[in-house]
Amino acid sequence: MALKIVKGSIDRMFDKNLQDLVRGIRNHKEDEAKYISTCIDEIKQELKQDNIAVKANAVCKLTYLQMLGYDVSWAAFNIVEVMSSSKFTYKRIGYLAASQCFHESTDVIMLTTNQIRKDLSSPNQYDTGVALTGLSCFVTPDLARDLANDIMTLMSHTKPYIRKKAVLIMYKVFLKYPESLRPAFPRLKEKLEDPDPGVQSAAVNVICELARRNPKNYLSLAPLFFKLMTSSTNNWVLIKIIKLFGALTPLEPRLGKKLIEPLTNLIHSTSAMSLLYECVNTVIAVLISLSSGMPNHSASIQLCVQKLRILIEDSDQNLKYLGLLAMSKILKTHPKSVQSHKDLILQCLDDKDESIRLRALDLLYGMVSKKNLMEIVKKLMLHVDKAEGTTYRDELLTKIIDICSQSNYQYITNFEWYISILVELTRLEGTRHGHLIASQMLDVAIRVKAIRGFAVAQMATLLDNAHLLTGNMQRMGICEVLYAAAWICGEFSEHLENPMQTLEAMLRPKVATLPGHIQAVYVQNAAKLFATVLKSQEGNTDSTAAQETSQLMIDRLPLFVQSANLEVQERASCILQLVKYIQKLQQKDVEVAEEVSALFAGELNPVAPKAQKKVPVPEGLDLDSWINEPPSESESEDEQPKAIFAKEEPKHSRPRREEVDEKELAKRREARKQEQANNPFYIKASPSSQKVYQEAPGVEHIPVVQIDLSVPLKVPGLPMSDQYVKLEEERRQKERAEKKKKEKKKRKEKRSGRGKKHDSGPESEEDITPAHQVDIVTEEMPENALPSDDDDKDPNDPHKALDIDLDKPLADSEKLPVRSHRAAEAPKSPTEDGDATSQEPKKKSSKEKREKKKDKDRDRKKSKEEKKKKKHKHEEKGEDLLGGEAEEPVVQSEETNEVAAPPTSTSAEVSDLDFWLSNAPVPSNTQETATVAAAEAAPMPEATSGIAPDSEPDEPKDTEMEETKSSKHKKKKQKKEKEEKEKKKKKKHHHHHHHSDGGGEEAVQNGTVEEEEPLPPMSNYCLLAENSYVKMVYDIQGNLQDGSQVVVSVIFENKCDSFLKSMEFNVLDSLNSKLQRPEGSGPHDGLTVPFQLPPGVSNEARFVFTVQSIIMPQKLKGTLTFIVKNEDSSTHEKLDFKLHFTCTSYLITTPCYSDAFAKLLESGDLKCSSVRLEGVNMPFHHLLARICFHHHFSVVERIDSCASMYSRSIQGHHVCLLVKVSAQTVSIDAKCDEPTLLGNVLDEIKQTFSQC
Amino acid sequence: MIKAILIFNNHGKPRLIRFYQYFAEDMQQQIIRETFHLVSKRDDNVCNFLEGGSLIGGSDYKLIYRHYATLYFVFCVDSSESELGILDLIQVFVETLDKCFENVCELDLIFHMDKVHYILQEVVMGGMVLETNMNEITTQVDVQNRMEKSEGGLSAAPARAVSAVKNMNLPEIPRNINIGDINIKVPSLSPF
Repeated sequence: MALKIVKGSIDRMFDKNLQDLVRGIRNHKEDEAKYISTCIDEIKQELKQDNIAVKANAVCKLTYLQMLGYDVSWAAFNIVEVMSSSKFTYKRIGYLAASQCFHESTDVIMLTTNQIRKDLSSPNQYDTGVALTGLSCFVTPDLARDLANDIMTLMSHTKPYIRKKAVLIMYKVFLKYPESLRPAFPRLKEKLEDPDPGVQSAAVNVICELARRNPKNYLSLAPLFFKLMTSSTNNWVLIKIIKLFGALTPLEPRLGKKLIEPLTNLIHSTSAMSLLYECVNTVIAVLISLSSGMPNHSASIQLCVQKLRILIEDSDQNLKYLGLLAMSKILKTHPKSVQSHKDLILQCLDDKDESIRLRALDLLYGMVSKKNLMEIVKKLMLHVDKAEGTTYRDELLTKIIDICSQSNYQYITNFEWYISILVELTRLEGTRHGHLIASQMLDVAIRVKAIRGFAVAQMATLLDNAHLLTGNMQRMGICEVLYAAAWICGEFSEHLENPMQTLEAMLRPKVATLPGHIQAVYVQNAAKLFATVLKSQEGNTDSTAAQETSQLMIDRLPLFVQSANLEVQERASCILQLVKYIQKLQQKDVEVAEEVSALFAGELNPVAPKAQKKVPVPEGLDLDSWINEPPSESESEDEQPKAIFAKEEPKHSRPRREEVDEKELAKRREARKQEQANNPFYIKASPSSQKVYQEAPGVEHIPVVQIDLSVPLKVPGLPMSDQYVKLEEERRQKERAEKKKKEKKKRKEKRSGRGKKHDSGPESEEDITPAHQVDIVTEEMPENALPSDDDDKDPNDPHKALDIDLDKPLADSEKLPVRSHRAAEAPKSPTEDGDATSQEPKKKSSKEKREKKKDKDRDRKKSKEEKKKKKHKHEEKGEDLLGGEAEEPVVQSEETNEVAAPPTSTSAEVSDLDFWLSNAPVPSNTQETATVAAAEAAPMPEATSGIAPDSEPDEPKDTEMEETKSSKHKKKKQKKEKEEKEKKKKKKHHHHHHHSDGGGEEAVQNGTVEEEEPLPPMSNYCLLAENSYVKMVYDIQGNLQDGSQVVVSVIFENKCDSFLKSMEFNVLDSLNSKLQRPEGSGPHDGLTVPFQLPPGVSNEARFVFTVQSIIMPQKLKGTLTFIVKNEDSSTHEKLDFKLHFTCTSYLITTPCYSDAFAKLLESGDLKCSSVRLEGVNMPFHHLLARICFHHHFSVVERIDSCASMYSRSIQGHHVCLLVKVSAQTVSIDAKCDEPTLLGNVLDEIKQTFSQC
Repeated sequence: MIKAILIFNNHGKPRLIRFYQYFAEDMQQQIIRETFHLVSKRDDNVCNFLEGGSLIGGSDYKLIYRHYATLYFVFCVDSSESELGILDLIQVFVETLDKCFENVCELDLIFHMDKVHYILQEVVMGGMVLETNMNEITTQVDVQNRMEKSEGGLSAAPARAVSAVKNMNLPEIPRNINIGDINIKVPSLSPF
C-alpha cells in the first residue's frame, strides 16, 4: 500500500499540471488539436489512477479544455469522485468542473445528492460555500426537491457568508422545484431584514427576480420594500428595489403615487448615476401607470426629461445611450414633453456610435408630426447615403418606412413625395428590405386612390429602368420592388401614359432572369396591359396596330412558357393561348377589346391581414363530424352484425342537430349573404362599392384640391424627393398667405377636407392641409369579426410555475417545520377602509368605471362635505375589493386537493396593503397588523411621515385635508352606535353602491352570493370592556395552522386626554383555555401590550389562546392594567373584562364544493339538528351574508330561497347548514359530527338574528 | 440575472467562460465567436452596451462589456440588471483580480483560469450578484487560498520543482502585458 502511494507521487512528478498544459498548448500553435488529443489521452490515464490528487489535477486540466470547446462530459463520474474528496483543494476543483460542464441531463448528478448534503452540513463554512456555488450552476428538479430543506436551514446559518449564498441559491431551487416557494418564503422575507448587508442584498435580489416574473404576488411586500428603500444606503439594494417597484406599479397605481415623492428626492440627492438612472426609469413607469389622468405630475415628467437630457448631453456614451433608452419610454405616454428635445435627438443621429444612433432612431418614430416629417425623413435619407454598414442602413430604411406609414400614414401630407422617397430607396445597394418597399408601394397605390396616376408613372419608369436594379447580383433583394411595379402598372394601367412602352418593357428577355414569383406577376400584368392597349388601339380604327400588339405578345410569351417556374409557365401558356385566339378573331375583324378587358374588370380591395383569422366559425360547423357516414371497416356486413349498431349511433345524433338547423336556417342564410357581400374574394353579381367607403364617409363629395401645376407629373429618370420638400414648403407658405385673405374659404376647406383626421396632431398642425385629398381606403374585415386575440404566453417559461399566491397561509400538506405563524386576520368592517383618497379601481378597464371616476373627481371638487366624501370612499373601496377578489375562485379551484385556506386571509393582506397605500396618519391605525407584525409595521410611520413634511408643491392641498378628515372618520366608525347611523345614511344611497364594505366583501369572497342589493356594514368586533380611559373591542378567530389555538384581536382605544402606557393584559386561565404566554413567564403573569396609546388613538394587539375542547362556549375573566400619564402625574388604573369564546369563533370559513358537500351529507356520520327563526325581515342574501360573516360559513350552493352552507372547526368538525326561507320564517337544518357544538352554534346564530 | 460572463482577448481567444444557462460546448464556442465579432469591431469611445447577439438570449438581453488593454470582459444580462451597475461590477471584478494577482495581466488569467473562477465565484453566484464589496471578496478568496496552502496545494513541492525544471528551456513568455490603465478607462461614473 505504502509502495503504491510512493509510486503514485513519483508518477505525479511527471504529470502535467494546468500550467504545463497551457504552456504546451501555447507552444504547439500549429498542431494544437493534435497536442490536445495527446493531452486528453494522458488525462484519461491519470483519471484511472487511485490517487485523488492526480485525478484532481486531471479534472482541473479538463476544465480548461472545456473552455476551449472540448466536450468533457465523459469524465463526469471522475468529477464526482473529485467532488467527494475530503480535501478542500480537490473538492473545489471538482465542484468547479461540475459547475462548468454538468447540466440537467447529466446522469451522474443523481449520485451527488448525498455528497452535496454532506458538504452543505460540513463544519467548514468554505466546504458549504463551495457546494452551494457549484449547486447553483447545476441544480436539477430532483436535487432541488431533495436539498430544499437543507438549504432552507442554511438560510439561518450563523455565518453571513453562508446565509447569503443559501438565500441566493433559493431562487434556483424555486425555479426547479416551485413547491418549495411557499414554505420557504416566510424565511426569505425575514432575510430582507438581516443584519448583514450582504444577506439583505441577496434576499432583495431573489425577491426581485421572483417578483419581476409574477409581480402581483409580491404586491403585499411593497410596504416592506418601501421601508428598505427609505432606509438603505446600499446602492445595489436600492437599484434592485427601485427596479422592483417599476414592475409593481403597473399593478397598483396608488403605489406609484406613494413612490413619486421619495424617488424624486432620490433623484435630486443621489450622486450615483446608476441610481439616478433607475429612479428616473421607475418614475417613468409610475407615470405610465398613472396614465394621463394626473395633470399635476407634469412636474415629475419635466424633472425626468430634464435629467435625461443631462444624461444625453453627457460626453459619456453610456449615459447618452441610457438616456435615449429611457426617453423612448416617456415617449409612449408623454410624447409632447419629448418632442421639445427634438434638436438633441437629431443631433444623436450624427453620433459615431451605432448603438446611440439606433436608439435615436427609435425616438424619432414618435416625434414626427405633419410639419416635420419631410424634414426628418430628408435627414434620414442623407444618413442612408452615408451609412457604411448594411445593417445600420437597413435599419434606417425600415425606420423611414415605419415613420412614414405609422398610424395609417397619419403624418403624410403629400403622397407624391412619399412615392418618390420609396423610389429613391430602391437605389440602395444590397438591402434585404426590397419586399418592404414593394409592399409599401402596393399599399399606397391601392389605398390612396388620388395617387395612382402618379404612382403608375413612377412605376413605369422603374420598369423601364429595371436593368439598373437587376444589373448586379448583389441587388437581388431590391428586385422585389419590380413585383410591385409590375402589378401596379398592370392593375391601374388606365393611368399609363404610354402603355405600349411599358408592355414592351415587361416582356423584355432580361425579365427571365428575375425570380419566379416576379416573373409570374410580369406575365399576368402584361396580359392586363395588353387588354388596355387593345382597348385604346381598337378605338383608332387602325386594326394593324392592335394586331401588332397581339403579335408582340405571341412573340415574347414563349420565353416564359419555357420557364422552369411552374407558376410562370402555367400563366404564360394560358395567356399565350388566349392571345392566339384573340389574334384569330382580330384577323376576322372582330372587336375583342371589350371582352378582353372584362377578364380583368373589377377592383381589388385591400383585406386586413387578420381578416382571415377573424372570420367567425359558422354556427354548427363541426369539422370533426363526418359529412357522409364513415366508411365501415369491412365491406362484408353480414360477417359483423355488430357493425350495424355502431353505424346507427351517428344517425341518432344527426336528426337532433338538423332540428336546430331548421330553426336557424333563415338566420344563417342571412348571415352568409352578409358575409359574402363583404368577402372580396367572393364573386358577386354587382360589386358593392359602398362598403369600401363606409369608413370614410362622403369622400366622393370632397372637392379635391388641385395639385399645384408646377409639380412635374412625369419626372425624367428617377425622381428626387427633395423637390417635394421644397414644393411643399412653398405650397404651405402660399396656403398660409391665402388663408389670411380668405378666412371663410379656409374654414370650409378645413371642415370638409380634413374629415376624420381632425383629432390628430397639435393645433398648429391642423393648419397644414394635405396637398391633395387623400382617400385612404381602410382594410376590409369580415362582418362580426372576432375580438382581437390575446397574445399567448410562452408555455415553456419556467417562471410560470412560480406564479404562486404567497399570501395564503400554508396548508397542512405543505407545512414545513418553520416557525409557526399566526393565521391572518379576517376582513374587518368599515374601520379598515381608511381614506383611499383617490384609489383607482384595480384591474378594471370598463369605460363605465372610468366615467364613474370622472364623476367622482368632479363631485369632489364641487362639494367638500365630509359625508359625501365618505360615500365615495366606500364606493371605491367596494370596487377595489371586488376587483381584487375577482381571481379568488381560480386560485381555489387549483387546489382542490389541498385543505383550502380561508379566503379571508388574502383579503386581509390586500386590505393591509390598501391601508398602507392610503396615506392615513399612523397613530389612528386600527388595522395595524398587531403583535408579531407590529415590529414590521412600526417603522412604517417613519417612512410615511418622512415624506409628509416636504410635500410636493404641486400636490393638491385637499389630500391633506382628506387625510385628517378620514382619520376622524375612521375613529368614528369604530364606535358602534355611530355605525348604526352610517348604515341608515348609506341605505339612502344604495343606488350608488356596488358594495358597501365588510359584509359585501365577505359575500363576494365566497363567490356565490350575487350582488342583489348592497349589504349593510357588519363588524365582528364586539365590546369587551370600557371605562373613562380606555375602550376595548375584540374579535376571536380560529387558527388554521393549529387545531388548538384561537387568536383574540383586541383593539384598544384611548378615550381620555392622557397618555396610556405600560398596558398589561392578563386572563385567568381555565382548565380548558389558556392564554399563551412567552416562555419563562409564570401562569399568572400578564402580557405586555406592545404599544402605548397617545390620546385619541387606537391600536390593535393579538393574543393567542390554547383551547382543548371547543364544543362548548366559555367565558374567561381578565384584567387590563395600565398607567395613565398626565403632564405632572401618573396613576395606575385597571379594567376588568370577560372574554366570551363563542363556538362560532372556533369555526373557520372553509370553501366546500357541492360534490364534496353531498358526499359529506351522505356519509351518515353527522348528527342532525334544526332551528327556526321567526320574523326575520331581511333579504335572503343579507341573511346568508350575515351567517357567512358572523359565523364563518361559506355558501356551497344557493337555489332561490334555499342555500347550503359549510364550515369547519379548528379541530376538523364539519358543520353543514341548509337554510330555507319562506315568508318571514327562516328554518335552518344543520348537521355536524359533534351535536353539542352544533347546538351551540345554532343558538349563536339564533342570537345574531334576534339582535337585529 | 446574468446569463453569461465571457473574458476573451483581442483576438477572440477565450480566457474564461462562465455560462449560467446550459449550452453545449460547440454552442458556447459559437457564442464566444459571435460576441467577439460584435464587440471587437466597436471603437473604444463608443458606449459599452449592445443589444445581445442572436445566439444568446433575445431582446431582453444585453451585452455589457469593458475593454481593458488586451482583454474584453463581457457580461450578458437581462433587463433585471442595472446597466450601469453591471459596468461597476465589472470594474469591481477587475480590480479584485488586480489585487489578488498583484498587477494582473493577461498571462495571469491564462495560467490561472481556475483561480479566476474562484474569484468570480465570490462575486457572482448562479447568475446573481453575490457580493460587490471588494474587501469582502478578497478576504474570502484569501482565506480559501490559505486553506488550500495548508492542505499542501494541488501540486506539492516535488511537482513544483519538476515544473520549474520544465520551465527552464521554454521560449520566451510574454510578460508585462499589464492592465495598467485600469483606472483611466473608467468613465465618469460616480463611485458606487
